[in-house]
Formats: sequence, C-alpha cells, structure tokens
Amino acid sequence: MNVDLIVAVIVSAIAYGTPLVLAGLGELLAERSGVLNLGVEGMMLMGAVTGFFVSQQLGGPGWVVLIIAMIMAAAAGALMALIHAFLSITVRVNQIVSGLALTIFAGMAGLSSYAGQVWGIGGQHGVHQLTRVDLFGLGEIPVIGPILFDQDPFVYLSWGLVALVAWYLYRTRTGLYLRAVGESPRSADAMGINVTRYRYVHTIVGGALAGLGGAYFTLAIAPIWTDGLTAGSGWIAIALVIFAFWRPDLLLLGAYLFGALSSLGFTLQAHGVQMPSEFFSSLPYLMTVVVLAGASTTLARRRIGTPASLGVPYVREEG
Amino acid sequence: MIAIERSLDTPRWQRIALPFASLVLAAVISGIVLLVSGHNPIATYEQIYAASFTSSGALTSTFVYATPLLFTGLAAAVAFRMRIWNIGGEGQLYMGAIGASGIGLLLGSWPTLLLIPAMMAGGVVAGALWALIPGLLRAFLQTNEILVSLMLNYVAGLVMYFLIYDSQSYWRDLTSPTALVFPTGKTLAASATWPGLTIGTFTLPLGFIAGAVLAVLLLVLVRGTRFGFEMRVMGDSTSAATYSGMRTRRIILAVMALSGALAGLAGASQIGDFGHVLDPRGLEQAQYGYTGIVVAALALYNPLAVVVVAILIGALNNAGFALQGPGFPPGLVGTMEGIILFSVLGGEILGRYRIRVGSRVRPPETQAELDAAR
Repeated sequence: MNVDLIVAVIVSAIAYGTPLVLAGLGELLAERSGVLNLGVEGMMLMGAVTGFFVSQQLGGPGWVVLIIAMIMAAAAGALMALIHAFLSITVRVNQIVSGLALTIFAGMAGLSSYAGQVWGIGGQHGVHQLTRVDLFGLGEIPVIGPILFDQDPFVYLSWGLVALVAWYLYRTRTGLYLRAVGESPRSADAMGINVTRYRYVHTIVGGALAGLGGAYFTLAIAPIWTDGLTAGSGWIAIALVIFAFWRPDLLLLGAYLFGALSSLGFTLQAHGVQMPSEFFSSLPYLMTVVVLAGASTTLARRRIGTPASLGVPYVREEG
Repeated sequence: MIAIERSLDTPRWQRIALPFASLVLAAVISGIVLLVSGHNPIATYEQIYAASFTSSGALTSTFVYATPLLFTGLAAAVAFRMRIWNIGGEGQLYMGAIGASGIGLLLGSWPTLLLIPAMMAGGVVAGALWALIPGLLRAFLQTNEILVSLMLNYVAGLVMYFLIYDSQSYWRDLTSPTALVFPTGKTLAASATWPGLTIGTFTLPLGFIAGAVLAVLLLVLVRGTRFGFEMRVMGDSTSAATYSGMRTRRIILAVMALSGALAGLAGASQIGDFGHVLDPRGLEQAQYGYTGIVVAALALYNPLAVVVVAILIGALNNAGFALQGPGFPPGLVGTMEGIILFSVLGGEILGRYRIRVGSRVRPPETQAELDAAR
C-alpha cells in the first residue's frame, strides 16, 4: 500500500469519525455522571435539522451564520437531553426506557422529520457550508499536512473538545467530583456534592455535543436535509463510548478506528485481499465484549472505568 | 427544587385512572404541537384512527406492526421485570430471523404443518443462544449485560449484512441476474408461509396468536410456578434470593434464554408471517427490538398488558406509514408516540410518588401534627 492511499484512508476516517467524536464525548460525560442516554440518534437528528434550518434562515457573513447555526444545533440537542434528564433523574423512569423513548420522539420518524417538514427545508440546497481551513498554510506538507492542518472547523473543534474533556475529567476538582458521582453517588452526596445537579448538567451538555455532532452532517458533510440522515451514527457513538472505556483519548482514536475499519474491507478487496468488510466492522464490538468479560474483578473493572452507578437512579431517602 | 418521594398509599382508582389521564394529557400536548404548526388536531386524530382501525385493510396492517412488538415486548418484559437489562432484543430478533429463514429454506419441501414449528424452533434456538452470551457473562463473570447485549446487536446486524450482501451464503439469492447486482435473500417456498386466521376482510397473523398464547403462559409461569416465584424474589432483591438459597445463576441464564427465545420468535414471525425472505435493511430500520423495550415499560412489564400496548403502538406505527404523503406531516406519528411515552411513563411513576416542590418538609413533631397528617 502506498503512502497516498494511507493518507486517503486516514482523511476519510477522520471525516467519518468526527460526528462520532462529538456525540461520543457528550455521551461520555453523561455516562460518567451515571446517566446512560440511548437517545443519541434522536438528539443528533434534532441538531442536524435545527442547524440546517438556522443556516438557511439567517443572512449575513457565512461564518457568523454557521457559528449561530452550530450554537442552535447544540441548544436543540441540549433541549432533548433535558427531557431525558428530567424523566430519568427526577422522575426516575428507567434510563434505558427513557432514552429509547427519546429516540422514538426525536428520531427519523419523529420530531426531527416533523420539524424538517414544518420548516420546509427538505430538498433545499444549503447556502452555507463549512469548508476545510488550511491552518497556517501547512496543508501542503506531505502526509501530515492533509491529516492535521487541512480539516474543517468541526474537526479542529472536536480535537479541542477531546483535550478539554480529558483535562476536565482528570485535572480539575469538578471532574473528580463528576467521576465520584458516577462511581458512587451515595459517597459523593455524603461529601456534599449535589448529585442531581451534576447529572443534569452533564446530561444536558452531552445532548449539546450530540446536537453539534448531528450538525456536522448538515453544515459540513453536505448542506442538505433528509429524514434520518445521520444513518445510525448515534448508535455507533454509544458503542464507541463503551469501546473507549469512558476515556476521551481512546474515544478519539476509537472514532477514527471505526471509520478506518468500515472502509478497510473495501480497500483490501481493491488490492485482491478477500476479507468481508463486516468482519472488520464487527471487530471493535467483539473486542469490547472480550475486554468487558475479561475485566471481571472489581479492580480491573475500576481500571476500565465503567461508572459503577451507570443506569442506576440515585435516591437519597431509600436504603 | 422539585423532589419526588415515595407515596405510601396510592388509592386503587388513582392507579387505574393515571394511564388514562396521561393519555389525555399526551393528546392535549400533541394537539398544541399540531395547532402551532398549522394542522387541525381533531381532523388529524380522526385520520390516524381511521388509518389504524376503521379504513379498509387498516386493522390487518395494524396487526402486521403489532406482532413483532408483541414478541419483543414480551422478551423485554420477562427480563426487565427481573432487573436483567437485556437490551439485545434487536440482535436476538436478527438471529431469530436468520435461524428461521435458514430452516425454512433447508426444509422447504416439508409440509407446512411440520415446517412452521421447525421454523419457530429455529428462531427460538438462535435467539436464545445469542442471548445466552450476555447471560453467561453476567451469571459467571458479573459482566454488565446492558453493555454486552447492546454490543452484540451491532454484531448480529453485521452477520445479517454479511449473509446477504457480502458472501455467497445459503441465505442469498444467487440465481437471478438482478439479484447478483442488487443482493437479496432467497425467497422461501410457499409451504413456509404461516397461515393467518382470516375473519371476513381481517387477517390475524399466526405469530400474533402464538404471541398472545405465550403472554398467558408467561403470566402463569410468573404468578403460578415455583420458578416464577424465584424470578419475582430475585427481581425484587438479588440478595434476598441468594440468602434464601436460590440458584441465582441458573435463574439469570433461564431468564436470558427465555427473553432471547421470545425475541428470536419475533424474527421467525418476520420471516414466516410477513417477509418470507431475510431482509437486513428492513429488519434494521424497523427497530422492533428497541421499540419492544418501550412497549414492555408502558405495559409495566405485565405480559397481558404487553398484548394491548403492542396493538396500540402497532396501530400508531401503521398509521404513520399508511398516511405518508401530501396532506399528512411525516414524523408526526413518531412525535406523538414520544409524547405519549413521556407522559405515560412519567405519569405512572409520579402516581406512585408524591411531588414535593420547595424546601424539605418538616417532619411532624407532636402527636397532634402526626394525626393531622394522616
């Protein structure tokens, strides 16, 4: 395989992986607080439709319009997450059920489709699109240029957010408290941490990031809106968080690995190696199951980082 | 600050009235959404009702959508009632469809009367085996079954895609020239079609009848057998079950296998009752496995209630597809379903609790206050 091909595979993996990084980081924050949100696909679609609508409505310089569209997409995702937060944290509906209900509500045959119809944006061609920005004119450098310095703003944003979340989780007091809430809400509560507030904030910020991830489709990949255009990315983002064992650095690598593996089968077939693409695509899921099963002791599980209270509502009065 | 605390005495009438009140609330909220976006709520509801039940052929297609949800709903109800969070119904359904269509193709020359149970068995075994992977890991290694069963859904989907799109498998149609360009599965022989019960113009699928019978059997199993008693004890408290000497591992495995078998039957019914061909895209887009979990939750994990809820959600889904086109907004049905789910799920739990707004209530201090509080 020559170098150009490898660069092409990496560049396409980054394009594939960027919405996964954004939505995955959001899900990671929510799950670190103990809230599993299976509504990612719905939140992404709401972000995608809202971002596109806003970018079509506003006048003014393109970059201002696009920034406002991204903010509104994040707000739409956050609003969806608020529903899940209220139901699962305050009302204590089962998190799995509430998240799935959110996917039905906002998803492909739900509110995102309805909004697209009411706003009449189906079939429109977008006025604005985020294009690649050649950073410091370094995009021409062979190999690393196209990978590191010639990406669209969403990609740079996703890298910045990965660094920010990693710093937040491991280097700040609030991040430490967040991990405590996910690990043992009772102890966190005894320390005086407001468990409910932590869960609300991180679930909602998680929704905002999912909305942003959805907006990548309509503001960067192709400026059009069709129902269900995220095509299951939200579901893959959920798997990605587990695959990355709730760590932002692994999440970034994992997102690009998912992207590379999804095209590896075709690339190899073009070079005469007959391996089905499904084999490569299923590897991350199978590897995750093996590692989860292997980490059967409490110590190993703690090292992996599965938030111990994931999926469990916190009730102060009981027990 | 809003806090919610367990209410000690919920009047019986309240528990019955609540779901209905929640449904009315959902109808009102959906109505506001419709009004705001320039539609007439009453006319829209009438359209949905007709498309679900009264217009020609509507009831038959409502049951087409209700049948898979009945099975996946029962699959989720059995596991979730036990606090075993099997969210792998989706993948177990795919595996059931693979198993049942494999048997149907292999034994296509058999008489229908023998072939139907064989296909059902194929779905049951495939679904149960797939569910036993997270079941065994949970029972012996305490691995989180939510995560494992979720991951296996993607793998099952990929297996299905591999069989039809990326291999020369037994399931794929390799005979016709168009099928080589646009891969499809082999269509099963006519003998593998499950006959429905036809009353006038209405056809009740065999799968639905089987599912309804299973719902009754499950109720008997849970309420009237020793195994069901153990399941209920474990569902309420795993430690109580362990201390009283129940073999919790065996119960976990049995429940996972049962849940997977029911989801596998959903896949078998998709082949035998409706599709007659393994269609990865169609099965994946329908998301019956995930929707089944919501159906089970709405039914409060009661098998008989699952039958009713599956018909209602099936009716709404059917209306959503039937009314596609100009004059009816796409996405409206999903939005309404979501509003119903939020309202009923939230309302059900709120009914068991009291809402307290404001600061913490001071506990009664004197006997007189205590009496007044009662």
